[in-house]
Order: sequence, then structure tokens, then C-alpha cells
Amino acid sequence: MAAEMTSIFSPELAARFDKLVTLYPVRRSALIPMLLYAQDEVGYISDAVVTEIAERIGITELDVKSVLSYYSMLRTKPAGKYNIQVCTNISCMLRDGYGILEHCKNRLGIGHKQTTADGLFSLEEVECIGACCWAPAVQVNYDFYDQLTPEKMDKVIDDYAAGRGKETI
Amino acid sequence: MPELVSHPDEVKILSRRFGQGAADIDKYLELDGYKAVQMAIEKGPDWTINEMKASGLRGRGGAGFPTGMKWSFVPKQSAKPKYVLVNGDESEPGTCKDHLIFLHDPHAVIEGTMIAGLAIGSKMGFIYLRGEYRYLLKIMEKAVADAYAKGFLGKKIFGSEFDFDIVTQTGAGAYEVGEESALMESLEGKRGVPRIKPPFPAVVGLYGGPTVINNAETIATAPHALLMGGEAYAKVGSERNGGTRLFCISGHVERPGVYELPMGYNLKKMIYEVAGGIRGGKKLKAVVPGGSSTPVLLPEEIDIGMDFDQVGKAGSMLGSGGVVVLDETVCMVEFALRTISFYQHESCGWCIPCREGTDWLKKSITRLHAGGAVDKDIDNIRYLAENMMGRTFCPLGDAAAMPTLGFVKKFRKEFEDHLNGKGCPYEHSRELVSA
Repeated sequence: MAAEMTSIFSPELAARFDKLVTLYPVRRSALIPMLLYAQDEVGYISDAVVTEIAERIGITELDVKSVLSYYSMLRTKPAGKYNIQVCTNISCMLRDGYGILEHCKNRLGIGHKQTTADGLFSLEEVECIGACCWAPAVQVNYDFYDQLTPEKMDKVIDDYAAGRGKETI
Repeated sequence: MPELVSHPDEVKILSRRFGQGAADIDKYLELDGYKAVQMAIEKGPDWTINEMKASGLRGRGGAGFPTGMKWSFVPKQSAKPKYVLVNGDESEPGTCKDHLIFLHDPHAVIEGTMIAGLAIGSKMGFIYLRGEYRYLLKIMEKAVADAYAKGFLGKKIFGSEFDFDIVTQTGAGAYEVGEESALMESLEGKRGVPRIKPPFPAVVGLYGGPTVINNAETIATAPHALLMGGEAYAKVGSERNGGTRLFCISGHVERPGVYELPMGYNLKKMIYEVAGGIRGGKKLKAVVPGGSSTPVLLPEEIDIGMDFDQVGKAGSMLGSGGVVVLDETVCMVEFALRTISFYQHESCGWCIPCREGTDWLKKSITRLHAGGAVDKDIDNIRYLAENMMGRTFCPLGDAAAMPTLGFVKKFRKEFEDHLNGKGCPYEHSRELVSA
């Protein structure tokens, strides 16, 4: 990209993006990873993120928005610092995934795709996360917690509230 | 960390390095790592494809297409570069086997990708993981970097003329992308909308070049099949179904887990012996044998061998190896509703029978579960599902219709018990929150 462009991303992420677009036979193949990594840093896909990614790849903003709207992990509004994603698909459902979801709702006082007032937690009911044999399972951002009970779920939330949770990015 | 389980009936071929620290490249080398690809380089593409054919290995993503034959379809000469694409977008509900492969044996995925590349004359492979598997992507990225550092990837691999590069890729949440043509679209940075076939990927695939697309489990199995010898690998399994596969047993069993068992292993035994039987001594009600898209089996239908042909003969599919076990407490209408809700959520909307069909099925079954349906609604559900079958670009439409038809056909009485304002007879069954 042109050197004069000021990036909204951190220098590390900008450097990563510079490399990413060169890895594939076409630059556009970097689009989905770039959107996800941008979201990890910015918190959501803002208009500014769309503009800069479109420019870096050399496609229109409309192209970026069209792709963005397809993928369920990409969001255009901020979520909580810790986004709790509770799987309720069949294997989790059979092992009380809905109970875990209800427990999280009651504990946090929020519903599906809502965020706590302090911005620390958001909650989402999600489709299968590939932890079926260790159900019920949730993801907090990218980290998995499995074979949950309401008590174990409380501990997970307590750990994040106290700044002791895992944070894989 | 997902728990590893074990049972004496297991034949650990693909999973033999699980729990051994083989994500570390030196440990992987100690455990026969990168030997199979050296054999393939030495003996050449034709030998490799023939061994794969002899192995009887069939695609582990669900379709069960013979892997060696798939590789042989790629034209030898091509004006455009050829590619290997590894499908690690594992998203079929009930399936969590690739999760363990990426976690415990990432180099097997790399080595398998290299072998496929050598066999078809490709110089570049992509390993695509679903976006939710970030911690596994990091493990894969490290493994790829370590392989480059040792000179196993790049130019003139093991002193040969074979050059090969691997790029890892993340998705961002989409079941549909697990379909091979949608997967290529996604890797090209687009919406995961399926392509019409033909042309098949072996002729026109990624970036317009001939492409082999294999499930991560299939790819990770390739080195083992070569090391054992194709014929020896085939013998482990049943007729026309070579080797073993990772069965993900979940739901109401005593010991859920991922077990590696020979193809053709008896399903009843799998549930009652390997997985320890039904939790809490309850009665078995139903089994979904191969991931959520496969038609349900009744308890009297499970005395069958788990391979592509035998499960097919029983009216269902071996699918992705996700065996979901339901006990007597499950409301089958609720289960059908949760299943169709998933497909309604994941339909990409490209083909009308799937987009509209999944939506109407969800609405109809929601109403039925709540007691707001009358007798003819059951046949309407069946009629809707029947009219989705075979009328879409990709198999998602079928994947939604097939299980629905199975539930209605095999549990019709239970659907009828919900009718005319009666609602769900199961106290614990609830109105599902829509995902």
C-alpha cells in the first residue's frame, strides 16, 4: 500500500497485513483473515476498518461489506470485552447447553447478543463450535470451556471478571 | 483441553500420536513423522496414487468418495497452477474429530497435504480452519513454521525436485463454507456461496486451477496409509471401506468421546460397549449416526456396521462420523426443531428451495412444537422437505431436508401428540431460543 496512508491499525497489525496480502495467488484471499484480525484489535468492523481493508486489498468497500455480512463471527457493533458464546446445538442441547445459556443470562442480566453495562461481558447463543464430545461447551472469545455445569460456568465468568481468564488471540 | 478417551477395541492409526506431544516437530519425527512423504517423493506420484487407491480410504468429510480416485482425476498437464485445499472448516453438528487432529497431530495434516501435492503435481496447499478454531490455527501456524525451518517445506524438499508451500487460512463463521465449492469461494475472499458443478474442482477449482479438496481427517490419514502400505491399511476396515475413522460419540452416553475404530464397527457395540451405554441406565430412543444432516436411526436399526455402504443400506449416512445418541427423555419434535433451526441459520440463501424451505420448516415445526398445528401440517412438513431434495446447488438443502424427513417418518406419533393445541408433552422441553 501507499506509504503515505496512515493506518488505523497498530504497527504490528499493519505489518502483518502487509505480509498477508502477499501470501496468496490473489490479494483478495487475505480479506477474511484481515477482517477477523482487525476485529480482534478494534473490537468490531467499523466503517474505518472497511475503508482501510478495501484500500489495502484494492477492492471496493461494497465488496468488503458484502463479505462481512456473510460470516457470523464478524460484527459491525462492539461486543463485550469477553464475548461468551454458548453452544446450544444438538450435542450440547442434549447435555444441558440451554441450561448453561439460561444460567449465563441470569448471572449477567443480559440476553442473546447483549452486553453488560460495564462493557465487560456479552452473550451469544451460537451454533456448533466443534466440541460435541465435551458438551456442554462455550467459547469466551477464542477460548474453549467444556463439560460445563452452572458452577463451572460461574468460575469461568469469575476468572474473567477478575482478569484471570485465558486470552488467545 | 478436550479430554482424550480410550477403549480396547480401538485401532489407533490416525490417533496414535494423540497425547504424545507430537505438535512438537522433533517428537513428530521421533514417531515416524515425515517418513511417508519421503517415501512418496522417492517412489513418485503414480505409486502414491496407487497406494491411496489400494488403501480404500474414502473421504472423511461425509461424502465417502475414494481419495485415491479423487487425486487421479486431476489432469497431469495444466496451464494453471494446481492446488491442494484442506477442509478444516469442521462445522457439522456432532463432529469434533478435526479439533483433536489439529491439536495433537498438526504435522500429520502438513505431511498429508504434501503427499497430496506430490501426487497431483501441485506446488501449493492451503489448510483452512474454521474461524472459531483460533487456538488450533496457532498450533497449525507454528507447525508450518517449524516445517519450513527444517526445510521440509519450500524448495527442493528432502533433496528432491519437489517444491511445496503451505498457507494456513482462517474462516470467520459459516457452516456452508464446509461445502467444497463454497470453501474455494471463501478462500478467494468472497461470500461462501456454492459454485455450480460441473466443472468439478479437479478440473476448475481454486483460482481456476485444478484442485484437490480433502477433509482434514482424510489428509491426516494419508501418511499413515502410505506407511502401513495401502493394502494393509485397507484390511483394517470393511469391504470397500478401508481403514479406521474417528467416531465422535456425543449426547446421552456414559463416556462420550472421539474413538478411532475400524470402518464397519458395529454401531450398537459402539454405543453400549465403547461409549459405556446410555447415561443413567435410561433407554435408548434414537441415534443420529453421522452428524446432524444424517437421517435418524431407531434402536432396532442400530445393529449395523459403521461404514459408508452399510449405513447407506440402513437408510441413513455415515457422514462425518458424528454419532449423536438420544435417550428416552428427548422430545423428538424439539430435536427436529433444533436441527432445522441450525440449517435455517446456515443456509446461504443462494438457492430458493433451501433458503425458503429451511425457513418454512423452522416456522412449521416451531408452531407444531407449541401445539398450534393440525394434522395436515405434518404432511406439509414432509412435502416441504421432499421438495428441497436435490433442488439446490450444494448439499445443504438435502442436509436440512433429510433429517427432517427421517424425524417425521420415524417419530410421526410423537409429532401427532403435539397437535391441536396439546403442545409438547415433555415437561422439560422448552421453546427454543433462536440462535
